[in-house]
Amino acid sequence: MRINLDREYQAKNHFCGLCCTKIENFDVTRGNTEILKDINLHIHCGELTALIGPNGAGKSTLLKAILGEIPHRGELKYLDYNDRHTGKPIIGYVPQRLDFDAGSPLSVLDLFAASRSSIPVWLTHARKLREHTREILSRMQAEKLIDRRLGDLSGGELQRILLALALDPLPDLLLLDEPVSGIDQLGMEMFFRKVADLRLQYDLSIILVSHDLKLVAQYADRVVFLNQTVQCVGTPAVVFNNEKVIQTFGRVLSEATCIDPKEGGRNQ
Amino acid sequence: MAIYYTWIPQLLPFEWATHIFMQNALLAVLLVTPLFGILGTMVVNNKMAFFSDALGHSALTGIAIGVILGMSDPLWAMLAFSILLAIGISIVKASSTSSPDTIIGVFSATAVALGIVILSRSGGFTKYSRFLIGDLLSISPNELLMLVFLVLGVLVFWVFMFNQLLLVSINPSLARSRGSNVRLLEILFSIIMAVIVTISIQWVGLLIINSLLILPAASARNISHDMRQYHLFSVSIALLSGLAGLLLSYYWGTATGATIVLCSAAFFLLTLFIKLKSR
Repeated sequence: MRINLDREYQAKNHFCGLCCTKIENFDVTRGNTEILKDINLHIHCGELTALIGPNGAGKSTLLKAILGEIPHRGELKYLDYNDRHTGKPIIGYVPQRLDFDAGSPLSVLDLFAASRSSIPVWLTHARKLREHTREILSRMQAEKLIDRRLGDLSGGELQRILLALALDPLPDLLLLDEPVSGIDQLGMEMFFRKVADLRLQYDLSIILVSHDLKLVAQYADRVVFLNQTVQCVGTPAVVFNNEKVIQTFGRVLSEATCIDPKEGGRNQ
Repeated sequence: MAIYYTWIPQLLPFEWATHIFMQNALLAVLLVTPLFGILGTMVVNNKMAFFSDALGHSALTGIAIGVILGMSDPLWAMLAFSILLAIGISIVKASSTSSPDTIIGVFSATAVALGIVILSRSGGFTKYSRFLIGDLLSISPNELLMLVFLVLGVLVFWVFMFNQLLLVSINPSLARSRGSNVRLLEILFSIIMAVIVTISIQWVGLLIINSLLILPAASARNISHDMRQYHLFSVSIALLSGLAGLLLSYYWGTATGATIVLCSAAFFLLTLFIKLKSR
């Protein structure tokens, strides 16, 4: 009986039946400035959730708060397939940019070894690790880059490497911070398609910060419009027809795909 | 040590190897230069050259504090002050929006000025000029023993922590997503730098200690493609410059530390040439 009640409760509240990450009451303040306020989000697995918002809206900050890098109030809860609270999810993270300079003698294999192995990178690489890395890289068709220096890679190549790294080990929650520069339109579209594939293939929960609204509209399952607080959540059709979003970004969807915002746009 | 003193003149049948002070200095070079070669890789990677420079200069204030407290050997005061400074800079850097260069510049300039003001109070600043230039040939067996422990300590840290340090230098958030405690790692590394730089100042001199840290790694970068080569070249170049510098300084009658730095600089030019030619 009890179980049935729980199921009903879930269905009513649109909780996913499989696994989900809940961000509850996130607040971030730096100095006296409130950067994020009262963020509540449910991220479902198998869903690509895009985070959009103007510059300085706190998108990257939210990712860093989820990572635990920036101190915040509120809780991050991860519920597994049986809806049990499993504590800390494994988080994969693709940063917006790397901080090393291009002259750094750092190979792709070094990067993977440093993240995966306890054998110091400066001493030696285990042969197993090399094979493992090649396999992981092949998911992104990047296995040929294994001995290249990170500084010699193009923006698109680097992004594929970082995405491969974030998938090893396979995360519960994948956080992607879209690069601001260095990737052309075609590369960006390939990236979105890859991410959308991954979501289905591995049933991942994905949060993607993006500035490319056309691609977001095309590939995202859900869109969150963030500006200090969550302004609007929903399917791309709903969010891109929301008045606040249109005020900020203009019309993203063509008239043909427009729906009546009153039907589903949810303001918070 | 006794075994070392009897064997060295036989192993190295040269005039210079008969002096005890040269035997000690040789051992010191074999210990200190690889240490600097190793640490330098990360200093250069993290663009911390200015930071280590500030640590060196802050030693002046450490000496001054030691003098005020009436210590005969101000080493402990120097150590305490530079560790405090290293932690201070790390914390201010993490919580401030100013550029790290500005913050380090402010700390460094203040520390140098404070040191000079205190030490020059009674017009006796020249007494302390040995800290500016350093004297490697004065190293004692006890100090050599301390060096051995330092080298071991840094090696242990480098074996267990290097991978995480590398990730932090690539991207702190990425390191965080891999479970590293970024802040703690940064502070630990700063403290290690502070200890090594401060202890070595009496032998190398605070004016040039930073070059000893930067030059081997900077040279190695010119010719390496991955972290293994980077370390191998950095340590080799540091060692070779150290040995060459020690011998040249003996025959020329020059300051050892500065001569070593000049040899490293020659290596830098050489590797830069190789790099430019291979393009």
